[in-house]
Amino acid sequence: MKAIVSVVGSDKVGIIARVSNFLADRDINIDDISQTVLEGNFVMMMMVDLSKSTARIGPLKEELEKLGQTLGVSIAMMHERVFGAMHRI
Amino acid sequence: MLYTPFEIKETVDMFLRQKLDIRAITLGVSLLDCACASGNESRRRIRDKLLRIAGPLVNVGREIETEYGIPIINKRVSVSPIALVAAASDDVDYSPWARTLDEVAKELGIDFIGGFSALVQKGIASGDRRLIDSIPRALARTDRVCASVNVASSKSGINMDAVKEMGRIIKEAAGLSADRDGLACAKFVVFCNAPEDNPFMAGAFHGPGEGDSCLNVGVSGPGVIKAAIESCRGASFDVLADTIKKTAFKITRMGQLVGAEAARRLGVPFGILDLSLAPTPEVGDSVARILEEMGLESTGTHGSTAALAMLTDMVKKGGVMASTSVGGLSGAFIPLSEDEGMVAAVRAGSLHLDKLEAMTCVCSVGLDMVAIPGDTKTSTISAIIADEMAIGMVNNKTTAVRIIPVPGKKAGEWAEFGGLLGGAPIIAVHDFSSEAFIARGGRIPAPIHSFRN
Repeated sequence: MKAIVSVVGSDKVGIIARVSNFLADRDINIDDISQTVLEGNFVMMMMVDLSKSTARIGPLKEELEKLGQTLGVSIAMMHERVFGAMHRI
Repeated sequence: MLYTPFEIKETVDMFLRQKLDIRAITLGVSLLDCACASGNESRRRIRDKLLRIAGPLVNVGREIETEYGIPIINKRVSVSPIALVAAASDDVDYSPWARTLDEVAKELGIDFIGGFSALVQKGIASGDRRLIDSIPRALARTDRVCASVNVASSKSGINMDAVKEMGRIIKEAAGLSADRDGLACAKFVVFCNAPEDNPFMAGAFHGPGEGDSCLNVGVSGPGVIKAAIESCRGASFDVLADTIKKTAFKITRMGQLVGAEAARRLGVPFGILDLSLAPTPEVGDSVARILEEMGLESTGTHGSTAALAMLTDMVKKGGVMASTSVGGLSGAFIPLSEDEGMVAAVRAGSLHLDKLEAMTCVCSVGLDMVAIPGDTKTSTISAIIADEMAIGMVNNKTTAVRIIPVPGKKAGEWAEFGGLLGGAPIIAVHDFSSEAFIARGGRIPAPIHSFRN
């Protein structure tokens, strides 16, 4: 399955590195990545592929949330199909 | 990137900040094939069938929640109107049927099971009579069973004999649950033009025209609509209407995705998507606050009906295109105790029962979760129901009454029902009598425009 990881918060050194390492450690591939500043916030979006990973999505989301807390940003992961349903006809 | 950062942030915010969720996935199951001469045997068949078909419901709901990141608040079951199923038996008291449903609901881990129901818009058959008489006991002795009676339709008119009975049933149910502020009445709805595929409680039942089973989905999202129109302050109604429509479209697409996926995993057909804005008592999940965001100081003031009319219509228009099959109630709910903004409006003195009734002409349900004084006369409750049924009948829409005469409490006092049902200040009713009006009985004929054949 594919998922979208969104990272929103104030910018600081190492956010992309920490999140990417976290994903790599779990065999999650990053298909696409973009970063911008939206309404004054650092916003990073990643399209990730979980098909080779053995990590279960439930615990994975919790761990990402915890990682977000240590970095002072908000990290969320959702199924790619939710975005497809809402934004593409 | 396939999606723009703005699109991704918009969706993530809907769930994380604006409390978007799937309010209910409701599995409709026909029990018509469980009817037989023995009540015991029939209830055994019901139990077996429900455990077999609805067994995986809660787990499937949880799987989708985790996998998709979309909260599914309630997993529920609706069944064929029990009056139809139980009529073949010799049972006089149908409360054991409610107990069976309650036990099954607890075993399945679902929060409500709907369908302790009768359809009596034109006449009361023997099974309907026995079911109606059993409603107060059935609701007072069970926790998760919801009951409903359809007493009117645009095609048949209003069965005023049944309306008269409803006043008595509601008072009796309140009396039997007096220690919980009349909570039993919160699980009972009186309908005009009841939809057969409604996923929302307490009025859900699996209509006799439905197939063996199907999955219906109720989407919510008042917080999302409010956040969307916050960006249109000062803009004209054209802009406002368009913004609501687009947002409703997005919310509904999410519901369609979840509904189709849940139906696939359960191996049942996808029924309908009900795109109602259903509030909860939590701050940020209120329909009243949407009306206020449109420019009203407090809900209930002049302009509230127009605001609600536009909101309901735009939600329908946005949603219809986003789903393969829309049904149920679809629009905006204005339950009093379940909406923090509605409660605040009553407290502020801007919302009274008469204005609330006017607003039900354009909302998607009716007088919902309204607490009234415990000493309200039976005939007055029936008359409140008659008014609401007339609105539904003449306007070809669903209307409903879920009203709680709170035992021992007066207007202005607080009634607490707990959880998603919330709590509400008790609202005053007119003191003038409707006794002679209700005593007439009989049927109010269907309006002339019902003859469309």
